[in-house]
Amino acid sequence: MSETRRAFASVRATARLIAVKDLRIERRGRVLTNQVLPFALIVMVMFAFALDSDAVLERVAPGLVWLATLFSTLFVIARSFAVESADGALDQLRTTGAPSAGIFLGKALALMIQLLALVAVLVLAAVVLYRADISWQGGVLLVTTAVAATCGLAAVGTLYGGLSAGAKGRETLLPLLVLPVVAPVLIGATRATESAFGTNGIAVGEGWPWLVLLVVFAVLFSVTGAIAFGSLLDE
Amino acid sequence: MAHDLPVELNDAVAVLGAFPVLAGANLTVQRGEIVLLRGPNGAGKTTLLRLCAGLIELERGHGHVLGLDLSTQRWAVRHRVGLLGHANGLYADLTVTENVAFWGRTVGASDAEIAAAVKRMGLDGRLADVQVSRLSAGQRRRTALASLVARRAELWLLDEPHAGLDATGRDELDDVLRLAARAGATIMVASHELERAGTLATRQVEVVAGQVRELGATS
Repeated sequence: MSETRRAFASVRATARLIAVKDLRIERRGRVLTNQVLPFALIVMVMFAFALDSDAVLERVAPGLVWLATLFSTLFVIARSFAVESADGALDQLRTTGAPSAGIFLGKALALMIQLLALVAVLVLAAVVLYRADISWQGGVLLVTTAVAATCGLAAVGTLYGGLSAGAKGRETLLPLLVLPVVAPVLIGATRATESAFGTNGIAVGEGWPWLVLLVVFAVLFSVTGAIAFGSLLDE
Repeated sequence: MAHDLPVELNDAVAVLGAFPVLAGANLTVQRGEIVLLRGPNGAGKTTLLRLCAGLIELERGHGHVLGLDLSTQRWAVRHRVGLLGHANGLYADLTVTENVAFWGRTVGASDAEIAAAVKRMGLDGRLADVQVSRLSAGQRRRTALASLVARRAELWLLDEPHAGLDATGRDELDDVLRLAARAGATIMVASHELERAGTLATRQVEVVAGQVRELGATS
């Protein structure tokens, strides 16, 4: 096997190992299902109370879904790195010499899977609470949007989660770092979801260009994260 | 020149920020030795261990760990050493076996190697499937050491390994370390508990102001 192929195999094996471990910890701890998901649903309900108008809610439903996702993402990122720093596991990970790109991709993959589950529930909540309507074509756009957007969120979250993991005041630092950077995801995902829901008569076809933005964002931060994560951990 | 000793440092300088924590340290460790690092707080014991683990850069001088150059092969060094600091590096929600398996798999350990590591630290049977959050401090320490075994660490770098353990836990830990050294592991222990660590060690050195002074073999 060539050196490059061996390196890729090592990154893939590490990513799988980390992702399985993170998802197993989540399955045991149930923080997503027992804390983050209820929080996101409460945010959705509070928006419904605050806006108190079916017409307005129908119009802003896509934005509310992604805002609730964004806020909840911060908790999932914080949890993902809290389990690493609670007993010095992140330091141990460095000493294993496991490829940092594999560690990054594994943590991002586990985050993405959790965020996808979260978005699925929030879209369902939007349909029930805000009476959002989704056609078959809209459904395809929505699923693709969710995959691309959560991939971007997970990549940014893992990158900045790793950066702030050892920092003082990381709880407040993380939102300050993450929220401005993921603004393109919020905008792109909201516009694409508006098309999927047919909000204000927007056609499904108008949503696809926004998907390109989400894919470019996800690829950019996934590649940057995979390259830079080792230096971040070493700092 | 062949460098096949576990640790060879010549005039090693390591800097944290702008401050040289190790200032020309010289140290040689033979295979199977248990070396006690003595010295006051801030003398550079932890930095010496982290340098040997490939976690910090060698600023000047020469250093080889397990035959690998600390200047150019730090990443490869990390694969072959195990550093255990004040924390255990365990996941509280996972069981003993899941933790050991996770760390073992980072170097491609087989199921048999993982089971052997768990057994070697006396964690097989009922304890194997217990979540780490439910273990005593001593049992957690043994789980962390089992992870080092599963990771095939050839050089064990232990920073205050007795901290937080009761008398029974300390005795158990010493037994485990002696067994590991007999099985071929080389161990460096930084400790303030000189009486206990002194009886465990085969040799003692003192780290003072970033330099290493030989104190000789212990009986």
